[in-house]
This record gives sequence, structure tokens and C-alpha cells, in this order.
Amino acid sequence: MTPTAVDVLVVGGGATGAAAAYDLARRGVRVLLVEQSDLSTGTSGRYHGLLHSGGRYAVGDPGTAAECITENRILRHIAPFAIEDTGGLFVATPDDPADHPARWVDACRAAGIDIDALTPAQARAQEPALTPHITAAYRVPDAACDSFDLVHGFVEAMRALCAHSTLCGDLLAYHRVIRLVTNDNSVVGAEVENVRTGDRQVIHAACVLNAAGPWAGMVAGLSGITVKVKLDRGTMVAMNTRWVNTIINRLRPADDGDIIVPVGTVAVLGTTSVTTNRPGDHHVENWEVSKILGEADAVIPGIRQGRALRAWAGVRPLYEPPDIDHGDTSGHGVQRRFAVIDHRVRDQLGGLVTVVGGKLTTCRLMAEEAVNVVCDQLGVDTPCTTAAEPLPLPAFRQQYHRLDHRLRKLEHGQLPGQLICECELVTRPQIEAAIAGYGDHPVALDDLRRDLRLGMGPCQSGFCSVRAAGILHEVKEHSNLKVTRALKDFVDERFRGVKPLLWGHQLRQLYLDELIYRRTLGLDRLIAPTPEERLDS
Amino acid sequence: MTDHDQPVYDLSGHTPLIEQAPLARQAAFSADHCLKCNICTAACPVAAVTPLFPGPKTVGPQAQRLREPGQPSPDHAVDYCSSCGICTLVCPHGVKVMEINTQAKARIVERDGLSLRNWFLSRNELWGRLGTPFAPLLNFGVRSRLLRLLAEKLFKVSARGPLPGWAGYTFRGWWQREQKQHPRPAQHDDSQRVVFFHGCSTNTYEPFIGKLAVAVLEHIGLHVEIPPQTCCGLPAQSNGDFDAARCYARHNIEALADYARRGIPIVGTSASCMTAIKGDYRHVLGLDDDDAQLVAVHTYDFMEFLWKLHQEGRLPTGFQPIEREYPYHAPCQLKAHGFGRPVLDVLSLIPGLKAWEIDADCCGIAGTYGYKAEKRAIAELVGWPLAEQVHAAGAGTVICDTETCRWQITALTGANTIHPVELVAAAYGLTITDKAYTPPVGE
Ligand SMILES: Cc1cc2nc3c(=O)[nH]c(=O)nc-3n(C[C@H](O)[C@H](O)[C@H](O)COP(=O)(O)OP(=O)(O)OC[C@H]3O[C@@H](n4cnc5c(N)ncnc54)[C@H](O)[C@@H]3O)c2cc1C
Ligand code: SF4
Ligand code: SF4
Ligand code: SF4
Repeated sequence: MTPTAVDVLVVGGGATGAAAAYDLARRGVRVLLVEQSDLSTGTSGRYHGLLHSGGRYAVGDPGTAAECITENRILRHIAPFAIEDTGGLFVATPDDPADHPARWVDACRAAGIDIDALTPAQARAQEPALTPHITAAYRVPDAACDSFDLVHGFVEAMRALCAHSTLCGDLLAYHRVIRLVTNDNSVVGAEVENVRTGDRQVIHAACVLNAAGPWAGMVAGLSGITVKVKLDRGTMVAMNTRWVNTIINRLRPADDGDIIVPVGTVAVLGTTSVTTNRPGDHHVENWEVSKILGEADAVIPGIRQGRALRAWAGVRPLYEPPDIDHGDTSGHGVQRRFAVIDHRVRDQLGGLVTVVGGKLTTCRLMAEEAVNVVCDQLGVDTPCTTAAEPLPLPAFRQQYHRLDHRLRKLEHGQLPGQLICECELVTRPQIEAAIAGYGDHPVALDDLRRDLRLGMGPCQSGFCSVRAAGILHEVKEHSNLKVTRALKDFVDERFRGVKPLLWGHQLRQLYLDELIYRRTLGLDRLIAPTPEERLDS
Repeated sequence: MTDHDQPVYDLSGHTPLIEQAPLARQAAFSADHCLKCNICTAACPVAAVTPLFPGPKTVGPQAQRLREPGQPSPDHAVDYCSSCGICTLVCPHGVKVMEINTQAKARIVERDGLSLRNWFLSRNELWGRLGTPFAPLLNFGVRSRLLRLLAEKLFKVSARGPLPGWAGYTFRGWWQREQKQHPRPAQHDDSQRVVFFHGCSTNTYEPFIGKLAVAVLEHIGLHVEIPPQTCCGLPAQSNGDFDAARCYARHNIEALADYARRGIPIVGTSASCMTAIKGDYRHVLGLDDDDAQLVAVHTYDFMEFLWKLHQEGRLPTGFQPIEREYPYHAPCQLKAHGFGRPVLDVLSLIPGLKAWEIDADCCGIAGTYGYKAEKRAIAELVGWPLAEQVHAAGAGTVICDTETCRWQITALTGANTIHPVELVAAAYGLTITDKAYTPPVGE
């Protein structure tokens, strides 16, 4: 049952909003987290996967660097289930400015980042795939972080707190805030719309916390005020295998294609920085893919010839205070510091606080500072305690960052039943359980992908989507047409991710998938679903 | 013990060479090419007969993505791969499936250690030499049903696995005596020289094959060299004992590199040994240096070499007719060479002789695989289509290039098995002195 009145309504189920909702619940505040799609589907679900040590910002943005290293230690402590401690390396090549490493070392020391100098030979002993032409190498405490697990961890912890008290703390997914309700220079609630049914309802709240990431400007705009968010699109490319087991950063002033992150079965290469004007701008340009592969190849020779699985983009919400104008068209130079805007002070509008900018690594700190302001408005003086206590282990977590985890389970009989997605080792009972988890809610194959990594392997759903659709059909007892359309939606979406990579291996794979789906199964001859039907399927 | 029982290179404490090669050249990397088409799974002879083995695609390119580089393999089903190599042969996208599997088996050995049985089976070279003086006694043991059952109970070496008998002398020993008794004239023209790689089986179990090979090569007019050499290392490799396999391999590469550099061809009658030298040293064991490449390029299977000579117009074709018909089994190790069927090509030069290929991928034995108690039944099922065709043809004799395959075919069908060199020698009218040997076509 959706409550009609809460203390605080948090807009945005990304890392920042989820951390804030958890923080509020810990301080005994009744909170409702509203997300227009599913958890972690905004920037947090499209990010690079790096729990920053701060090394990347040490020279250009020392404040963010210091925040990153502090929060890095805290998140390792409170959310170990979401983190794979890969460690990180910064390596310089002969093409990089020779004076940079010395400056970087000093900056890291100043920011409190522990770095370890390695000889090139030591670096290559740790990561044999690295180029023999390394001029400098340092070890840093980077780690890989699964944002999906982290966000779910925060939300489940919030719910667990509320289960034991009369307080309420809940998540309202697939609901979009479409209007902020104001009364006497104060925001007193929000109107939300169910994106699936179009039903609308007003939820009263003493305060609204705007944590809508790239959409933060739009949400603030609902009350007629301006928050300038610089939208900066970045592209990433996932390779078929990990290539390295350590995060590799290029030791040079921040630029395109500097970072390689091993995540689960893949290595994610990235990223770029392109100004955009749409928060949902997820398109990928060819030059970005070749730039990223080219830069990665300078550090890991041969990776360019490897198999790229998928390319995608996310939009960074970078905050630019109104008085600063960089004239810099690339976002790499913009400060990554976040901002908490108390609109009561800035715009004489009570009941609204915006938090924007920052990094996923600093989401807890952003939440803490934003919630401090919210509590100040509410007159609550309980201090923040989120840094101290580890989150309970979320029941719903993927645990995909341990590479051999699933293979080990499968081989030791702990994953019984038919193997449906052979690339990512997803079994029939897992799919049935995931579908059951949605209760009466509609389930898209893409939901199962996010939950289980279904269809994320080299064939990009070529072989498993039709099997999974069959299971969906059986369990949900949908009509043939409905399930076939769900299949087409899924296949189309998977194909979209492969399109920027159509050469070599992936071209062959897509052609085979094309033969299966379009020629053999004739998916294209189906009538395109209407928009309403699409939401329904 | 001779010097080559000692490790030639101490590899402990060093990153195995396989991890030093550029990633993109390593077999594991070829998993990237897999399109999941299942062509390999459909062709795998083991997956077809047992539910214990999920097939090449699953344990190969798919599992490879989930194995932690440098870490022990988390899986065990791959142990049921026989390393026959058919998957690699049929994959249309160049995935080195068998190589990936064999490397994964080595990771299992790193994790669990090498079982006593597998250690034993990997050291056939040692047993061959150590057993030679005790041949009569050992041959009795090998033929004793009771002792074999006991060995199966104690060591899990299948009582039905077709073990060979010891010849009682070594081929190398014979060659030394032979050269003393009939010294060959010196040959200074490298283009007239050839190196013979005999392998363990010829050295200690079937020396007559080596004698026939020497006779044929000399009949062609070539000067035969038999440099010191050791086991090709394939048995150790397929049992996942890469340290031992790399020692054997290194030793052979060292012994042969100089000949290769001078352009002298290296030929052998055991197709599996030659596969190891040609491909596995580099693609499986990762010994990917200049010498290994040079040796690989100059190595030929015996019949491949004869056919090459024929194409160059250097093979004497004065063959006497042999009015016989034989089925021929191309061992999977030989198919892995990817050079067609030189045996059939060469035998087609012999007037009257008809050899036809049995339509079967694998005889099932796959080196030491079919000697393992838990895998013997699989090996027999895999070999069944072959046995059926031999029975249907009513053939009393089958041609095959590889020793263990020959022993397996005899065990499965009761038919006599011969190496193609026996027919070539007979057609040239060559005879050898060997009381254990009866030529396939008598007077
Ligand atoms: C390419 C790229 C790489 C990055 N790499 C890293 C990295 O390696 N490490 C790191 O620490 N950081 C990284 N970042 C930054 C990091 O991803 C972001 O700072 C962080 O994810 C922002 O989280 P958020 O919760 O503020 O925003 P989001 O995750 O975008 O969450 C906002 C949510 O609000 C919802 N929403 C919007 N409008 C409404 C509405 N009207 N009603 C309801 N809900 C609404 C959206 O659906 C969305 O889910 C990267 C960013 C990009 C773009
Ligand atoms: S390894 Fe080759 S044959 Fe086997 S599924 Fe992959 S692409 Fe097909
Ligand atoms: S090597 Fe042979 S047994 Fe092993 S997977 Fe390939 S085809 Fe099957
Ligand atoms: S296969 Fe041989 S064992 Fe076999 S052997 Fe070749 S050299 Fe030694």
C-alpha cells in the first residue's frame, strides 16, 4: 500500500537516493523512495564499476580525491558484499607526459591515498597482459563495485530497519514524480505517476530530497527553480573476458579511455566525455568505441583484437555552480565535487533539497550531507551513523563479481536444473524464482537480465532468450503473442547494444543470432507492439 | 637413469611460459571466437556417449570465461575430455577447444595434485625402458587376467585397457648395434638426411616399426639420423602434468632444433607424437619460442613425409602389387594435423591395394584415457561405431598409424592391426630381421 503522507520523499533510486533513504531511516525519519524505473537503472546502473581510490582526481580535483579515499574505506567496511578487492594500478606509457607521475605522487600523498611504487617488471608479474613499455607503475587501493548490489543493499537495509518499528520506509518503483506540490513558498509533497498504468496520486511530504542524478535539474524545475546540471555522456565497452584482474588506470592527466575495470566475467573499458542536453542520452558514437579500444590497446597490447561484447553510455550529472564557467567542452576537467543545495536558503523555497554531482564512490557521503540539511529543515537532530555499521547482507544480490563463483556452484551441484543461459550460467530454477519474486507485477525479460545476467554473455542472448521466453510463458501463463513480443523487445534491446561493435567476432555472432531470430523464427513479421502493450509486456 | 629423467629446465618459481606469451597468441584467448554454434558439441565423441561430460563448448570456451586466470580451475567435468582434438578440428571459428580443455586439466592437477595412477600412466617412457630387461615377466603380468583385475582394484588401471607387451630390447639399442655391424657411409649433403623420431612405443614395445621405417627411408636413399630423444610428453600433457610434459618437450626441442635449423626434416611413425611436436608444444604447453616453432615447421608424420617426397618426385614408385583390401582408421591425433589422409594417398600408389577409411572419429582410447578404469566404458562406447564397421566389412586386418589406437582396435574387434609403413615396406620388397614380426603379406 502506498502511503499518502511521509516525512521525506526521496526522488531517484540510484546510489545517492538509496543511500539517502537508508540514512533517513536510520535517523528515524519516515521515508519513501520514488524511482521512475527500477533501482539502479539511471547513471548508477550504467557506470564504470570503479570504487575510486581517489588517484584519478588527485592532481586535478584534490577535494574529490580525499573524499573518494575516505568513502572507499567506508564502503569496503559497510558493503563488502558489493565489492571485489581487485586493487588498482596506475601505469604510465612512453606516450604520457613524463613529468606527470611525480606531481601525481605528491598529490596522492597530500590526499591521503596509499600508493606503492612498483617496478615495471613487478607490475607485469602481477598483470602479464600489460605492455612491456611501462615507464612507471603504482599500486592504489581501487576496487570493483557492483552498483546493483550496493543500491539493493541500501534499500533492503532501509526496509529491514522499518520492519522493526512503526516507521515506514519503502520503495515505490516505476513511479515518476511529475509535479511538486507547493504551498506558501514551500514544497509539501509530490504528484507521482505509475509509468505502467498512468495512475496518478499525490504524496504529502514535509520535505522532498531531489536525488535524480542527471534529471535533478528537471525535478527541481518542477517547482520553477533552476539547478544547472552539466550533462556529460560517457561510453564504455565490455570485452568478452577480464584480461586483467586488477583495475588499470592510465597515469596521465584525466582523458578518454583511461581505465580498464575487470568486473565479473568481463573487462569494462572506458570512458569518454561528451556534453549532452538529454539526461537519457545513451547513444554511442563510433569514434568513441575506436578511441576507447585504441587507448586500451596502448596499455594492453592486443586487446583491440579481442572480442567486444557490448557498448553502452551513461550520463554524468556534473554540478556547475552558477558563477563558474569553464568554457571547457569536455567534462574531464569539471570538478567532481558534489553539491547539496538547500533551496530554503538559495531560492527561499522550503521543503526541497537537491543533491547532485559527485561519484558513485561518494554516494554515502553525499547522502549524509544532504540528509543533514533535510533533518535541519525537519528539526531532527539525530546524527548520521551510516559510516559505522555494516549493511545487512541483502537477500537479493547477484554476487557476480567473483569470477569463478557460478562455475564452481554449477560444477558442485549447487545450481541444479536445466542450464538456460549457457554463457552466464543461469538455470531454469533461478529464472523461475526471479519471476516469482515479482509477484503479480509484470516481468520483462530485461528484468531477468538485470537480476540474473541472463543474455549478457558473448552471444548476447542469441541462444537463451527464446528459452527464457518459454519459461516466462509457462510460469506467467501469458498469451503467445504477449510472450513473443516480450522476446522481440528483449532481442531488439540486446541487438542495440551490439550495433556499435559490428565487426569481427561480434558481427559474426549477430549474423548467427539474426539467422535464428529473424530468418528462422521470423520475429520481424510480428506486428510491432503498441506503446501501451509494450509497457504491459 | 639417464639424463633426461632429470628436469631439463627448472620451471618452479617462474611464471609458466604460457603466461608469458602475448595474451592474444594463447589458446585460452581463442575462446573469444566462440559463437556458441554447438558444432563442436555435436562432433565430440565423448559427449555423445556419456552424461558425465557436458561437451566441448561447455567445458571449453564457455567455462574458460569463468576461470580465474592463474587460479586453479573451479570445475571438474573437463576431466572427462579425452583431448582427442576433434572439437578443435571442427570448430569453424578457430577456437582451440581441446587446447583450452587440456590447460584446464592442468589447472585441476595444480589444485588436486596428480593421482598416483595418472602419474604412472604419464611415465610410459620410463616404464618402457625400466621394464625392458624384465620383459618376459612383465608380459606375463600384463596378460594375466588376475593381476590386471588386481591392478584395477588397486590403481584404477582398467583390466580391459589394451596394454602392450615389452619387446625385451630397445630400438635405440638395436640401431647402435646395427650401425656398428653395418656402418652407413657418411652423408654431408643435408638435403639427403632425415631425422627419425621413434617415440616410446617404438623404442620399447614395437621396435619392428622403427626398423621398417629406417629400411624404407634408406631405400628411398636418405641418410637416417636418430639423435637422443625422449618421450614426446603427450601422455603427461593429457594427464595435466604440464611440468613433466614441458621437461620432455624442452628436451626434444633442444635435441632437434639444430637439425631443423639446417632444414633436415624430422619424421616419425607415431602420429600422436608428431602432433605433440607440431602443435601441442606451442598451443597447449605454451613453449612458443623460435626453436619450438622451427622444430614444429620441420616435423612430419611419416606418411605425410612420403607423400611430400612423392609430390617432389623423390619417392621411388617401383612398388610390387599387393592384392588386398583393408579398412583404415585415421587416428584423431592424425586428423589434428589437418593435412588430409596421406596414408590413403601413399597406399594408392601400390598396385592392387585398396584401403578405405572407416567413418568414425575416434577409436576411444585417446592415449591414456581408455586405460583409466572410470573411463574404460566410455572409451569402448566411443570406439563402437568403428568396431561395427570393421565387423560389417568382415575385415581381419585394420590399418592405423598410432600405437594405442591399434591396440584399442584389436581389443575392440579382435582384428589384427598394422601400421601403414608395414605395407610400404612390403611393397618395396623390404624385409627386416625380427622374430616377433610377421609381415602383413607373406610370401
Ligand atoms: C560513464 C560514467 C562512468 C562513471 N564511472 C564511475 C566510476 O567508475 N566510479 C564512480 O564512483 N562513479 C562513476 N561515475 C559517476 C557515478 O555513476 C554517478 O555519480 C552516480 O551513479 C550518480 O548516482 P545518482 O544516484 O546520483 O544518479 P542516478 O543513478 O542517475 O539516479 C537517479 C535516479 O533518479 C531517477 N529519476 C529521475 N527523474 C525522476 C523522477 N522524475 N521521478 C522518479 N525518479 C526519477 C532516475 O531514473 C535514476 O534512477 C560514472 C558516471 C558515468 C556517466
Ligand atoms: S567452440 Fe567453435 S564449434 Fe564449438 S560452439 Fe564455439 S564456435 Fe561453435
Ligand atoms: S578433445 Fe575430444 S573429447 Fe575433448 S571435448 Fe574435444 S572432441 Fe570432446
Ligand atoms: S606418444 Fe610417445 S609416449 Fe607417446 S609417446 Fe610419443 S613419444 Fe612418448
